[in-house]
Amino acid sequence: MAINQRNHELAARYWKANIRIVTICLIIWASVSFGFGILLRPLLSGIAIGGTDLGFWFAQQGSILTFLALIFFYAFYMNWLDKKMGVDERGA
Amino acid sequence: MDQTVLNIMFVGASFMLYIGIAWWARAGSTSEFYAAGRGVHPITNGMATAADWMSAASFISMAGLIAFVGYDNSSFLMGWTGGYVLLALLLAPYLRKFGKFTVPEFIGDRFYSPTARIVAVICLIVASVTYVIGQMTGVGVAFSRFLEVSNTTGLLIGAGVVFFYAVLGGMKGVTYTQVAQYVVLIFAFTVPAVFISIQLTGVPLPPLGLFSDHTGSGAPLLATLDQVVQDLGFNSYTGHHQSTLNMTLFTLSLMIGTAGLPHVIIRFFTVPSVQGARFSAGWALVFIAILYLCAPAVGAMARLNIVDTLYPQGTQEAPLAYEQRPGWIQTWEETGLITYEDKNGDGLIQFYNDKNEAFAPTAAERGWNGSEMVINRDILVLANPEIAQLPGWVIALVAAGGIAAALSTAAGLLLAISSAVSHDLLKGTLMPDISEKNELVAARIAMAVAIAVATWLGLNPPGFAAQTVALAFGIAAASLFPALMMGIFVSRVNNKGAVAGMLVGLSFTLVYIFLYKGWLFIPGTNSFPDTPEYWLFGISPLAIGSVGALLNFATAIFISNKTEDVPDEIKALVDDIRVPNFQDGPRAVPAE
Repeated sequence: MAINQRNHELAARYWKANIRIVTICLIIWASVSFGFGILLRPLLSGIAIGGTDLGFWFAQQGSILTFLALIFFYAFYMNWLDKKMGVDERGA
Repeated sequence: MDQTVLNIMFVGASFMLYIGIAWWARAGSTSEFYAAGRGVHPITNGMATAADWMSAASFISMAGLIAFVGYDNSSFLMGWTGGYVLLALLLAPYLRKFGKFTVPEFIGDRFYSPTARIVAVICLIVASVTYVIGQMTGVGVAFSRFLEVSNTTGLLIGAGVVFFYAVLGGMKGVTYTQVAQYVVLIFAFTVPAVFISIQLTGVPLPPLGLFSDHTGSGAPLLATLDQVVQDLGFNSYTGHHQSTLNMTLFTLSLMIGTAGLPHVIIRFFTVPSVQGARFSAGWALVFIAILYLCAPAVGAMARLNIVDTLYPQGTQEAPLAYEQRPGWIQTWEETGLITYEDKNGDGLIQFYNDKNEAFAPTAAERGWNGSEMVINRDILVLANPEIAQLPGWVIALVAAGGIAAALSTAAGLLLAISSAVSHDLLKGTLMPDISEKNELVAARIAMAVAIAVATWLGLNPPGFAAQTVALAFGIAAASLFPALMMGIFVSRVNNKGAVAGMLVGLSFTLVYIFLYKGWLFIPGTNSFPDTPEYWLFGISPLAIGSVGALLNFATAIFISNKTEDVPDEIKALVDDIRVPNFQDGPRAVPAE
């Protein structure tokens, strides 16, 4: 029972840490695509890049590059967190 | 060498390769058939997922859609890549931890309800079948254009090849074949893009070339493009001209739809571990991004090349004479995808925006009497190497690439369908006692039937390729994604909530699409014209999936809160899938 209890507390802490990092990543995800790429594009129109503005670059290039960085960051972070909290898959 | 012979050589060699791989990697067990024995390396899996995901729509249509509309169609780029963030963060690791074979299986177990499982099977089959029809049609078109066989013959050859390697190899064969198909399609897409980028800007990397100076005019490429298209009365390429709300919701629909499409999700069942599943989504996006970062450059450069071809002395001078038109226009005219009508009888090709009233005085002044050439958007990528006058082997490579893109997606979808039928419907519901051997036979029969149905519908296309893709995404976004996400993140959602949510999301989305696109897509039965003035709040039927998804979430949470709590064993299941290794306990603490 004691192990079970401790497992549940650990799982709850692990899940809270996960939700925090997922939320941060999703805020960035929405900012670069819906934000810079679409809704905030008028605000970025002063920043010129290659014959157009930064919003256009985010819509066609920058958002995709950010998505890539986010997924790899999350994978590295969570695999590190798994080990730190001792919940990684062992011998699998 | 004759171009057709070259095309046949490239396509034939690629087919030999796929069949050889399928024979080498044929499946023996259900685990190999459904999940490739869970022994696929994340990078291999990422490459296969990329081929699985990038269909004829990504390879053939997308750059053309961007080319002819410009910035407003950036939705495709952000939507079809942004969905992978949702997959990697919200679904893939947990579904892998759950450790079963199919999407309906997860929904059925998590919501402890055979009804939920059946509803999920229906959503999956409708989404996948509609999507696969589009792929088979694409195969037929690519064959008839490049190999000069009839559409029907092309379709039957394509179906035969898919049948052989998907039925024989299952997930294992399909996975390794898709790796080869990825290599073929990515070369086919990027090689012409690099050539054209060098021609127009001197920069070999297309994503950088897009933002570089145009060698011909010395001005930035995009500024030049904006200038010439506006000279012809079109909207500026980089400007925002459509509804912002619609663009936002359309992007969101494509993202959620991507994360909810079952043939993509099942790929994450094939990796060995939860850690692997997290990286797999990242590798998939790396391989997808190579095409998606080049696609906007291909679109913009092809648009500029077309204008330059039709107005060789510049947009202020007289256009090209019809008699002097290049070979690619002649070949595509034969397919009917480019048409020409000399409206003012001067023998020249006036290509401009005759829908723009502000431009009408300019057109009248120049003696133009309506735009005389219609170019189908879908031919852009296929015609691109010819427009840029690239060597024959590049054209043959593009032919092989287009067919690889369509076949790999078709195979992945057929696999998702067959596992839903044999594993969820037969073993899970109707015949729980079926042996592994018979289940495998049933899976292969289901796949053969699905190929036959898709081929038949591909031969008699109801003429709705673009709409069916929208429907597939709408269904996946509005039904499957919310159920999967709530299954993991909201432990309070119970069986009643989940089933009600899926049904509300699905029916709302379907009805909205049918209102504008025709009931069951039968032409002429639509209740309203499919134009922005009639759309609810200006939201197009293509973008409605995101609203359906929101309704699904709201309904499921509301009904769950009004009905009984989830049983304890389901709470334990949710706790278990949230943590990669829940059973062993913390490593630092010695076992008691």
